[in-house]
This record gives sequence, C-alpha cells and structure tokens, in this order.
Amino acid sequence: MSRIKEFNLPDLGEGLTEGEILAWLVKVGDTIELNQPIVEVETAKAAVEIPAKWAGQVQAIFHPEGSTVEVGTPIIAIDTEPGAGPVEQSTTGAPATDLPTPSAASLAAVEVAPTEGAVEPGLIGGPAPGGRTAVLVGYGPRTTAAKRRPRKGAAPAASAPAAVPAAPVQHSPVPVVPAPVQPPPPAVNGNGRSSGPVLAKPPVRKLAKDLGVDLSTLTGSGPSGSITREDVQRAAAPAATEPLTVTSPVSSAASFGADREQRIPVKGVRKLTAENMSRSAFTAPHVTEFLTVDVTRAMKALDRLRGRREWRDVRVSPLLLVAKAVLLAVRRHPMVNSSWAGDEIVVKEYVNLGIAAATERGLIVPNIKDAGRLTLRELADAMTDLVQTAKAGRTSPADMSGGTLTITNVGVFGVDTGTPILPPGESAILAFGAVREQPWVHKGKVKPRLVTTLGLSFDHRIVDGELGSKFLRDVGDFLADPEAALLAWT
Amino acid sequence: MAKGDPGAPARGRRAAPRSRKATTGDPELVQLLTPSGERIESVTGPDGTEYRVDFTDEEYRGLYRDLVLVRKLDAEATALQRQGELGIWASLLGQEAAQVGSGRALRTQDMAFPTYREHGVLYCRGIDPIMPLGLFRGVDQGGWDPNEFKFNMYTIVIGAQTLHATGYAMGVAMDGKTGTDDGEAVIAYFGDGATSQGDVNEAFVWAGVFNSPLVFFCQNNQYAISEPLERQTRIPLYRRAAGFGFPGIRVDGNDVLATYAVTRHALDNARHGQGPSLIEAYTYRMGAHTTSDDPTRYRIASEVEAWQAKDPIARMKAFLEREKIADAGFFGEVDEQARREAVDLRERVLAMPNPDPDTMFDHVYPNGSPLLDEQRAQFSRYLESFEGSAH
Repeated sequence: MSRIKEFNLPDLGEGLTEGEILAWLVKVGDTIELNQPIVEVETAKAAVEIPAKWAGQVQAIFHPEGSTVEVGTPIIAIDTEPGAGPVEQSTTGAPATDLPTPSAASLAAVEVAPTEGAVEPGLIGGPAPGGRTAVLVGYGPRTTAAKRRPRKGAAPAASAPAAVPAAPVQHSPVPVVPAPVQPPPPAVNGNGRSSGPVLAKPPVRKLAKDLGVDLSTLTGSGPSGSITREDVQRAAAPAATEPLTVTSPVSSAASFGADREQRIPVKGVRKLTAENMSRSAFTAPHVTEFLTVDVTRAMKALDRLRGRREWRDVRVSPLLLVAKAVLLAVRRHPMVNSSWAGDEIVVKEYVNLGIAAATERGLIVPNIKDAGRLTLRELADAMTDLVQTAKAGRTSPADMSGGTLTITNVGVFGVDTGTPILPPGESAILAFGAVREQPWVHKGKVKPRLVTTLGLSFDHRIVDGELGSKFLRDVGDFLADPEAALLAWT
Repeated sequence: MAKGDPGAPARGRRAAPRSRKATTGDPELVQLLTPSGERIESVTGPDGTEYRVDFTDEEYRGLYRDLVLVRKLDAEATALQRQGELGIWASLLGQEAAQVGSGRALRTQDMAFPTYREHGVLYCRGIDPIMPLGLFRGVDQGGWDPNEFKFNMYTIVIGAQTLHATGYAMGVAMDGKTGTDDGEAVIAYFGDGATSQGDVNEAFVWAGVFNSPLVFFCQNNQYAISEPLERQTRIPLYRRAAGFGFPGIRVDGNDVLATYAVTRHALDNARHGQGPSLIEAYTYRMGAHTTSDDPTRYRIASEVEAWQAKDPIARMKAFLEREKIADAGFFGEVDEQARREAVDLRERVLAMPNPDPDTMFDHVYPNGSPLLDEQRAQFSRYLESFEGSAH
C-alpha cells in the first residue's frame, strides 16, 4: 500500500452529493494526528469538521476554501510515513504548489453518474419515485442522481446515456447485449428504447411547432429522455437570431451575449439571503412608516457619554442609542416583539436584537441575546463584539438564529432611509438613516440641526397601523430627547 | 465491573451525607450524585421508596470505567462516519450515565429493547461494541444474537420497540416467570420524541392493563431531532404514567448512581409481579441527533454550556477523587484502555468484509421462495451489467 494516502470527501449525511470547503484547519507540511480535525465542510444539512483518517504529514491540499467538491473526490493527501525519506515524485507530483491535482488513479475511482432512468424505476437499483432514496434517520436527501459504476456497453463519456436495457421481470428472456458500435440514435429514452415515439409534453410539442423545431432531431434532457421546453428553445435560438445579426448594423460593434455576461453561482450567504427575503416578502404583508427626527440633543448626550471616564474605552455610536430606544419602546409595546405562527401569535418577553451587518460574505444578521436585560454599557460591549465577530467572519449559526427584532443601519452607506424587509419570523425591523445637518425649525426659527429619518417595516398581520405608529413615535421621542424619555419611561 | 448484580454488599462507610425528600408532583429529580460530585446518601421518592446505592470502591471504579469507555468508543464511531467509513451514527454523547446506570441495573435474565442509540446499554450487556458499527457500515444487520445477550436488535422506527417489549413482557408473565426474587423483567428504551408516538401510548395502555413486568425507560434528552421538549409535552413526561395507571418517576439521567438505583427498583418491582413503571431519565444530547444533523441550527450555545456543567463523567471523577476511591494512576490507566479499545475498534471496522450483495436474500425466508429466487436472479443480472463486475 502506498504511503501517500488521498482522502476522498465522504457522503457526510445520507445521500449528499457535494460539500463546500469552508476552512482548512491544516496546511501543507503540517504533522497531524489520527482524528485531528483537518477541514470544515458545509453540506446541505450541516457544517461539520472532518477528523483526519490517518496520522502523518499533509502532503497536498487539492481544493481551496470556498470551493464546492463532489462526494468521492480526493481533497487532501497525507504522507503516512513522513519520517521515511522523500516521496517518489510519481505518486502525487510536486507538493510545493498550493493546489496540485490528485493522482490519476484516485480520479478514475470517482464513479460516474448514469443518466436518470437508465434503470427502470421500481426495479432493484433503480431510483425511487422522484429520484429519492429512503434514509434511516434524519432528513431526506436532495433529489439528485445516485453515483454508480458505468454500465457495460455504455459509451465511456459520462454524458452518454446507458443503452443497456434492464431486463424487465416478466419478459426476462431478453439477454443483456452490448450496445451497437454505430453512432447512437438521436433520442434515447429512459427505458433504453432507441426508437419509437419522441417523448414530449403537449405544451412542448405546441412550442416546437410554433418555432418550427423538428422534435425528432433533438436529444431530450428531461426525465426519461423527454424533450423539455428549454431543449426546444435552445434548438430554436440560433435560427431566430441569425437574420438579426445579418441586418443589424449595431451587432458588429456590440454584442449582448454570454461573452459579456458574468454568471455567479448562487450559494452560501447569498442563497440564504435570497431565500429568506423572498419568503418574508411574500408571506408577511409589509407596511413601512417613516419619521424624521431632530437628534441634535441625542448626539450631544452621546458626546457627554464619551467624555465620562468609565466609558473611555467603549465604542459609542449613534446606533447604540437607536438600540436602546428600540428596547425601551418594546417594553411599552410588547406586541411589536412577536412572531406569526400560523394559528397563533407568539409574543416574546425577551428581545434578541438583530443588527444587520454587511460582511465580505454578504449580509448577515447576528443578534444580541436577551438584549432587553442589558445595561447600556453591556449593550455597547455586546454590539462592538457582534460587529467585530461579523467582520472577522466568525459569526456562528447560533448567533444568527432566534432573532426577534432587527435594526438595519443603512445610514452608514450615506442614504436617508429605506423600506426594509422583515427577517423571517420577526414582526418589526427599523432602518436607521444617515444623520445629517439640515435646516430645521427649532424653537420657531430655521436652524441647522442634526436630523435623521427612521423607517419602520412591520408585519401587518400582527401590528396594526396604530401600534406601529406608536412604537415608531416612541423610538423617535427617545432619540429627540433621550434623557427626558429615560426619566419618563423607566 | 461484572455484569449482573453489583449492588449487594453494603459497606456504609461514607461519612454523614445529606438526605432529602423528592416531593410529589414537582419536577425535582432523584439524584444521588450532584453535578459537582457530592454524594447524597439516599433520596425518598414520592411513593415513599428510598433510593440508595451501596457500592464497593471496586464497583464505583467499574462504573467510571464503563462511562469513559462508552464515551470514547462512541467518539471513535462518530469520527469513522466523518471519514466515510460508516453511513450514519447516532451519538450517545451526554447520555452515558443514563445508559450505563440502567444497563448495569439489568440482571442476566432481564430482556432489553433498545432504540438505535443504546450503545452504552449494549456495552453493559457484554456485546462486542463493533456489532452496531457493522449495521451502520451497511455490511450486516447488527450481528448479535438477541436471545444470547437478552438485548434485542436496534430499532430505527421511533417507539416501535415499546410494543415489541410489551408483547415480550406479556409473554414473560404468561410463562409464569415473574413473582419471585429471580423473576424476569423487561426494559424498553425510547426518547422524549417517541412519547408522542401512538405506538408508545398503546404500549403504555397494554402494559398497564396487563400488569406486565416492564420498565419504560425514557431518556429525555430534550430534543426530538430539532423539536424541543416544550413542543412534545405540557407536563413533565414521567407524570404521563399516572394517566395509564402505573408509577412514573424522574431521575437525574446524568447521575449514574441514581439511574442505577431507580432502574434497579423498577426492575425488581416488575420481576416481583408488581407491574410496569415509567422512568424519565432527565439528560441532554450533547451532540447532534445523528451525523446528518446540525444542532447549531436550532439550539443556542449557552444551553449546551449549561449542560456541560452537569457532565456525567466529570461528576463521577470528582466524587472518586474527593473520596480517594481512585487516583491519577487509575484515571490514566482507564484513558489508556479507552484509547487502545478505540484503536482496536477502528482497525476491526476497517477490516470488516463487504458481504456478497446477494446475501441480502439469505435471511428473508428460512427455506427461500420462488418469488425471492426470481428476484435474486434478476439482481445478479443487474450486477453483471456493470463494467468491472466480478459477477
């Protein structure tokens, strides 16, 4: 057995097909122990640490952080006898480069997925209805083709569907025969039949007829080799654009095609954000109200706070006062801090205050647990900590779950306000705009004052206009004169 | 510590520990060893039963050894899953005391019906710990003989084993094997989530009505996968037993001594023909539900930390140290034994042979069947259709 061992990404959770490398915990040259955590991988189900399968020295790392790797692909090579002298170069190639390639033998061992439908559904080894496979404990896997060895007689490339008919139970005399050597017929359907009617749904047939596409010339990409709407549109596309390129004088100068488009895979934080925003925007009826406030007094109060000795090392920002204002206003209007749960409304006695943060990985909303119980000083420390953790990319899933009410500080980007979308499960979110010096009527005269605009979105299923307005008004009152509000409310 | 009956000789040499009452109907739980490792001499339960243990030093050390070994082997299995050597693994991390305490309370003749997480009970029954790994590696069906070890096969279906146990216990009673000091008792393991299953409630009804020699042992680890206990019940689980007409009691499931005492008493009641009872072992699943699960998505770190402070092994170690029952040499020796057994387990798992695929047809019917033969032939043809197939 070779002393250099390559570790393949395993299926970490019952039927997964890929994982994303979140972080490497070791680097090339490190000496590692058996079961020492080497890499953090995130799958569709969980982010987990993988322990080293062998003790030894890290010889090579094949995939950078952030890459998505298929199950069964080598991710790391470990020299299991690092004390035994130099390694022959033929095994893994030079270990000096950061991202070498795995050995050919390992890659050949990565099995090729057959086209879905290569085995008749319901037969042994065939996919269950919907392509899912039964699992023991936990959640079901995503609908993806299972990995299998190539079938005998199938073309070598992974793209070619297997043409071997799986003998049906009742008509079993048909022997297993290799596929003919001639070029394969254009449409091979899932049952292994290479002739017969073309599979396509009636609306697709209609589309093909309208666009003048001959279905029998297409290879279907749908279930059981059926032709999909996209197949037809793809076949029709070149023909449709051809006359245009000939007649249009502009086309020679500028192209509006794929060569001038960038395609960014939707994954990670972006994917999560998209899902959350769409879900929230289309389930909770949003109402947004605005209030413009003179915060000159509040800014002066902040300055006095900064001047105090015990606050010398604390980061004091206007956002701190907004957070305090929200927490005090929630005490006066607890219904704002609630959650819609279908047939009931869950009103929370604790406030896990979310702060939306823009990070390199995208938008994340960590929250301060039980923020209502914190003193102003504790709140300031918690906010500093939260922001630093987020900027460093170390925010844990637990930090981001369980939020009850959120503040988004769009003012840092220099804009006045916005209509924020509620994080799912919350019923209010406050946008805090930029604080600007503006002409404002103060004591009967127009004076330059520090002014900001607050935008409050709320879930209208729970919060009526009256409640939302009172809540926003209280937040505004606090920011207009924090000392008076504190005296009056607490 | 030997399997069987470690609790007999009383030595009564611990100096004046505290004694206190567990009052009826409050969520307080029977505890003989506090999280900081202080020993409580005895606890009187709601029905007046006095719970106490009188172990020799050797037996105390044996329980500690069990806890450490069970945890280590479980951690090794989790690592093997992460390395692609097991399909899935349900870790018992945090529940060692509930399993070792109840497992050691079983007598040789008693029958146990586990879920898929009872690796600690399996260990106490004297079964080679590699057995469940074969199941989760997909190379065999579990491998042990339930009749030989009086430990049924792992049951994946939630709560189904409580009905199997009820039927078995009814059979024990019908065979006249109860009513004496050496009578037989049956124990059924399940979790807090299973208490919402129809099967478990039916088992409660039948066992209660037929006065079966059965102990329902619920490890309340606070989560049914991601569903917290408050979505499972409005009252403490042990109080459900009252509605079915048998006693229920809550024990600190992270306290191996109290779990032993309470289980021992319930089993003895059952073997003497006094009918079933429900034990709620109050514990916490420190790890994920299974290796396919990510608990950070549904529970907060501070909750896990709070339970960390109640760790079953740490409190046992603190007790052994305080009472000078064990020294650093002993703890080092146990750790070393655990390490050796983990390495041995790993090597044997990696060496497990893959079964011939068509052996799956072997144990369906004792004498085969025409339909099965046809399926076997069809499966062979399917396997032969692959390149590089040995078939």
